[in-house]
Amino acid sequence: MPAIEELTDAYERYVLDNEDGFMDEFRDRLRDFGGRPTPLQHAERLSERYDTEVYLKREDLLHGGAHKLNNALGQVLLAKYMGKERIVAETGAGQHGTATAMAAAHLDMPCEVYMGETDINRQRPNVFRMRLNGADVTPVTAGRGTLKEAINETMRDWATTVENTHYVLGSVVGPHPFPAMVRDFQAVISEEARRQVRGQAGRLPDSVLACAGGGSNTMGAFAEFVSDDGVDLHAVEAGGSSLAVDEERGVAPNSASLSTGEEGVLHGARTRLLQDDDGQILESHSVSAGLDYAGVGPELAHLVDSGRVRATNVDDDAALAAFHRLSSTEGIIPALESAHALAHLHEAHDDLGDTVVVNVSGRGDKDLETVIEETDRREIDEAPEMDVFTEGLR
Amino acid sequence: MNAIEAAFAEGPAFVPYLAAGDPDYDASLEYVEALARGGADVIELGLPFSEPVAEGPTIQAAVNRSLDAGMTPERFFAFVEELDVDVPLVCMTYYNLIYRYGDDDAERPRAFVERAAAAGIEGFVVPDLPAEEADPLREACDEFDCDLVFIVAPTTQGERLDRIMSRVSGYVYVQARLGVTGAKADVSAQTGQSLDRLAEWEVPKAVGFGIASGEQAGEVVAAGADGVIVGSALVDIVAEGYEAGEDAATVAERLEAKARELKDGAVAGAQRTPRPERT
Ligand SMILES: Cc1ncc(COP(=O)(O)O)c(C=O)c1O
Repeated sequence: MPAIEELTDAYERYVLDNEDGFMDEFRDRLRDFGGRPTPLQHAERLSERYDTEVYLKREDLLHGGAHKLNNALGQVLLAKYMGKERIVAETGAGQHGTATAMAAAHLDMPCEVYMGETDINRQRPNVFRMRLNGADVTPVTAGRGTLKEAINETMRDWATTVENTHYVLGSVVGPHPFPAMVRDFQAVISEEARRQVRGQAGRLPDSVLACAGGGSNTMGAFAEFVSDDGVDLHAVEAGGSSLAVDEERGVAPNSASLSTGEEGVLHGARTRLLQDDDGQILESHSVSAGLDYAGVGPELAHLVDSGRVRATNVDDDAALAAFHRLSSTEGIIPALESAHALAHLHEAHDDLGDTVVVNVSGRGDKDLETVIEETDRREIDEAPEMDVFTEGLR
Repeated sequence: MNAIEAAFAEGPAFVPYLAAGDPDYDASLEYVEALARGGADVIELGLPFSEPVAEGPTIQAAVNRSLDAGMTPERFFAFVEELDVDVPLVCMTYYNLIYRYGDDDAERPRAFVERAAAAGIEGFVVPDLPAEEADPLREACDEFDCDLVFIVAPTTQGERLDRIMSRVSGYVYVQARLGVTGAKADVSAQTGQSLDRLAEWEVPKAVGFGIASGEQAGEVVAAGADGVIVGSALVDIVAEGYEAGEDAATVAERLEAKARELKDGAVAGAQRTPRPERT
């Protein structure tokens, strides 16, 4: 892929070496258009409840409602610097698609977003938002119609159009330089959080928690803490409904590739994957569309293998409970993805130390329909009755 | 000279592709044998992978039919062993299946090549394996006397081209146009330019992506190609037969006729325009 060589060259020049002031412009736009820095909020009720100082990194307050804008803005701007004329992207939860559509409108670039049909149906508000920002949303019907299939389709588009098109990949996955570049654009999360927690708590945290789908908010939240040996880093995956694999149907009812996957090669990266004994990639499952991916970023997999990052997982029910807990106790409605990190806080707070930072990677507006339906179907701790709403949905 | 080079040495080579096991194991055996009767010089056999990112809709659907019918790497090797054809066979697949094969991590990817070679495979095309990452597979291919074919896109340039040149054998797969596989009505103007860039390469040049008729095959050969690779146009015949519920023998006849058209077209192309002198 010559596209990859061209992109590597642009990454080294503009991102690493700040050629033509690229990184300065990126920072300015993150501030003025994006609303950075985001707060690091001390969560009073949760702190009391867990007898631990809990700090929330509020990426839900970033423009667009998720950390995804950091990367999307960086890449769309880079595409401009590279002289590209068109943007393509894939999206799972729709947050990356939304962020890309916003950045593309902001920087005046046409944008096409591929999205699995399953995800289109469960993340409609984001489909509307992408359309409102002028992007075309192209449904992908292959497989289970989630993120993996959307990535395949976007790669096909890019292979056809690379001469004038940049592919804004949404996480720290895919071929080099994407994983490193996306991490660098997301590292602003931990840059701020590290400074903020020192200012507010007077010390570094004992633990940092982030959910892991592909792992972009994870790597962003961890990057500046990796060399702080006293800070434990926890990547929380979607345990879905079960960690067992249905080999017959080729489905893993989870997306816990760090916890249960094996090494393999997908989308141009060697990493941990959900796969069968032959090496065929399994369909993953999570109540949160943004975590629903059979792979994970190669650098994150490496940090887990080397013991620097601990991979854990929580199931769908625990994530839903955490969603309701944060909503009702702190007045923050988190994305279902982020709720996984909060669920791990709930389950493991005794072992996380005195000061904990949890990355709230996004807000939950996009998930309301899913949450209402799923909460109504199950018995979820700390959840209000949902039947009044489900009537309205049908 | 190995079997693949020999196949190219005899004149313009016709290299058809089918997904092994599409739409099912038994029919697919007949189809591949029909291609050989129709004049195939080398056959690319697809070992289906769940994420066929280099493929357009036609071959994606073929891959899915084959997987749904139970194709696995082991069944693929059995398929190759059972095939009754007298032309070299190239395995076209994605790297994860090669990488994951075998029980012993330390033996990867050698175990796959060893097994494939034992079954009768003489070369590999792995569209998602960049030349930068190909040395372990290249070494295994050398050990078992197999070729490793690389795809060169119209935009491949510079160091990358050199890296491919130093690792490719058998033939170089010249991608006629940007994008993914799929039959097209015209021959891309990029083909001639792509061939010119590789003029110095010693390995035969086979052009693929979009060729669907004998006439197009002739144009490509007339432009200087040593061979033509045809996939989607043949897979289309398999798909139509499958959808119409036709019996395998009828579909096989049609494949054989199409193969003959493509092979004859390639030969006519070579006659129409003298091969450009290679210095
Ligand atoms: C709010 C939010 N958090 C997390 C993720 C998961 O992605 P990643 O693991 O790359 O941060 C998504 C993906 O869409 C998301 O929308």
